[in-house]
Amino acid sequence: MTQRDPRLRVLPSPLLKQRMTSAQVMRDVIYALVPATLVGIGLFGLGALLVVLASLAGALFSEYLFSPPAERRARIEDGSAILTGLLLGLTLPPALPLWMAFLGSAVALGLGKLMWGGLGHNPFNPALVGRAFLLATFPTAMTTWSPQGGGLLTVHPANLALPFLRGDYDAVTAATPLGLMKFQHQGTGLWDLLLGNTAGSLGETSALLLLLGGVYLILRRDIDWRIPAGILLSVAVFAGVLWLINSARFPNPLFALGSGGLILGAFYMATDPVTSPLTPRGAWIFAAGIGLLVVLIRVFGGFPEGVMYAILLMNAATPLIDRVTQPRLFGTPRSPLFDRSKRP
Amino acid sequence: MSNLAHLFLRGFQHGVHPPEHKGRTASLPIQRMPFMDRYVLPLHQNLGAPPRPLVRVGDRVLRGQPIAEPTAFFSTTLHSPVTGWVRALGSRRVAGGGFEPAIEIEADPYATQRLDPQPRPDWRHMSLDQLVTEVQRAGIVGMGGAAFPAHVKYALPDGQHIRYLLINGAECEPYLTNDHRLMVERPQALLRGIEILHHLLGAEQSVIGVELNKADAIYELRRHIHADQPIRVQSLRVKYPQGAEKMLIKAVFDQEVPSGQLPRDLGILVNNVATVVAIADWFERGQPLIDRPLTVSGGGVASPANLLVPLGTPVREVLRMCGGLREDTVEVVMGGPMMGTPIPSLDAPVLKGTSGILAFTAQEAARPPEYPCIRCGRCLEACPYFLNPSKLARLARVRLFEEMKGARVAECVECGSCTYACPSGIPIVQLIRGAKADIRRRKGKSQ
Repeated sequence: MTQRDPRLRVLPSPLLKQRMTSAQVMRDVIYALVPATLVGIGLFGLGALLVVLASLAGALFSEYLFSPPAERRARIEDGSAILTGLLLGLTLPPALPLWMAFLGSAVALGLGKLMWGGLGHNPFNPALVGRAFLLATFPTAMTTWSPQGGGLLTVHPANLALPFLRGDYDAVTAATPLGLMKFQHQGTGLWDLLLGNTAGSLGETSALLLLLGGVYLILRRDIDWRIPAGILLSVAVFAGVLWLINSARFPNPLFALGSGGLILGAFYMATDPVTSPLTPRGAWIFAAGIGLLVVLIRVFGGFPEGVMYAILLMNAATPLIDRVTQPRLFGTPRSPLFDRSKRP
Repeated sequence: MSNLAHLFLRGFQHGVHPPEHKGRTASLPIQRMPFMDRYVLPLHQNLGAPPRPLVRVGDRVLRGQPIAEPTAFFSTTLHSPVTGWVRALGSRRVAGGGFEPAIEIEADPYATQRLDPQPRPDWRHMSLDQLVTEVQRAGIVGMGGAAFPAHVKYALPDGQHIRYLLINGAECEPYLTNDHRLMVERPQALLRGIEILHHLLGAEQSVIGVELNKADAIYELRRHIHADQPIRVQSLRVKYPQGAEKMLIKAVFDQEVPSGQLPRDLGILVNNVATVVAIADWFERGQPLIDRPLTVSGGGVASPANLLVPLGTPVREVLRMCGGLREDTVEVVMGGPMMGTPIPSLDAPVLKGTSGILAFTAQEAARPPEYPCIRCGRCLEACPYFLNPSKLARLARVRLFEEMKGARVAECVECGSCTYACPSGIPIVQLIRGAKADIRRRKGKSQ
């Protein structure tokens, strides 16, 4: 006990604070991705690990380089650059030249985030900006998929290509389930999809682990459950309608849900709070739009997969959605349809 | 069964659930604070105009004697909390940190400080106008924290009629337990106060809204209500800010007070538990508002307590009564942790609106590092008025006050739920509060 008065600070109230911090949210998402990443590396080998590491390195490099010196430390420590690098790495082919992964990730941060003013100011999901850049710049490398089963130490020759060279590809390439469906009308079994027994990027293959990580994030209240739920629901509905119309031509809804980057996109990318709507109603509209676009692009577009463009397009619509879904102010009239007020 | 249904159906939307921290004091009876030798009574203890002093230096004053009279309708009387002598009229330090005109009284060490009951006219034969005069004479203000002169609420415009008297026993601020103890220890005084107001207002029904974390208070009140009394106790879910007038009305009656209107426009009048007890004390034994119950708690306080403290007692003396401050205390707040005022000096005296004195250690009231807004929307989900706090904070930073008015900043009651919920550690309500003060200042200048 003091006899003298202690030096008192005068910080205005409220003095209580809930525990969760933005950095903790980022860390949680990274933790949720770890199991799927490890299994993916196990399936595709060392080369895949190198691709992810190159992507992480590119993200951190860019965040460091383009941030004001005084803020560098804090910005690296908030974990958002690591998360972007990891997410981008998970969408890349395991045999991608490492320099491409590094470059794509540096562009993701620089062009996708820092140019807009850093965390919280970017309109588009940075990881997807990076991926869109890579797909536009290196279309062949970005769509050449290698099969699994080469052993843990597999490093593809192309991985080690010198900067600005394409590198040699293995003789053996494989098609992703969505590629098979689109170009050869060949389905893949649901269990293969869930367990990741297919060709594709790291994040495309372990749907089950990604799903578990997503559930963890929902339970921790790190992400808004409405977005993944809405996306999966709307993909199921739109794919289901097409399937009912012509089940020979269109894949069944379960295939649509389990294949490609849908789980990764729905749980980890579309839920990025910075680029998704603020209100629950907005989240539902946003999610429904993504689901619709995914099905349209997959079925009628030139690419086998459409999750990336679907999310980017709905990112662009987010400010508009926010504007039309502002909540009704307390004590202002609501539409008579929903008036449930009771007399005391 | 109907209460079970209420739990599911009735409440207000949004809001937050801060940890309650009420356990340390919830079962401690209210103790009377011993009399000190000096009291500082700032004149401005109520919203509205400060009263005008009636005494001069050297005057002898008695406990309960008026020492300042109202200067306007929106003003109220101030009484001496002790028998003694007026020692000074001058500037004294107050809770906000500034200095304000105050009356300093030295207690007479040989006086008994006993307040003899003084009969008041029988309330059963009074009119509503007389109630207004009596309550103003008693110096009673809203004791939940805002210190709104209580009599102003009873002065109804012509044609308006109060149907429901709603008693606010929510006490949603963490740490505070003084209303809780008052309901447990003085249920009869509370019910008598309700009876008086109910009668004079001509209300149809009186409801006491109590959060479910105060089960013993609910039990005591129900036990004392006679079957023929039009009074009922409504248990409420525990949620912050349920004690905000409009939220309590929403929770109890499921009605939203329309924006820009007052509860009385819906025929509802809301009074805090301690206010009603003060009214009962005035009519029963002629005791004006000279003491008030408050909770002393927080990690920085050695032995927390609920105390009945004479107005004007310096915070330092109240804390000393509770064993003093711990070495690692960093902040002392008057009121609750969500809406209270931090005080820079322990010289500040207890006022009519002081519902608590809380001392916090660095660990308890830690400020997290600030990150950029990540647009997570948690502040929107917290705001009970359905505002967009993140947008208001962004506008406040760049001083776009006109745009803030467009975003309905006037609706904000500064409950602090947004700052509590923000994972990026942005001082949202502090920014809004600052901007509102600036807007008020500008308005004052332009007039």
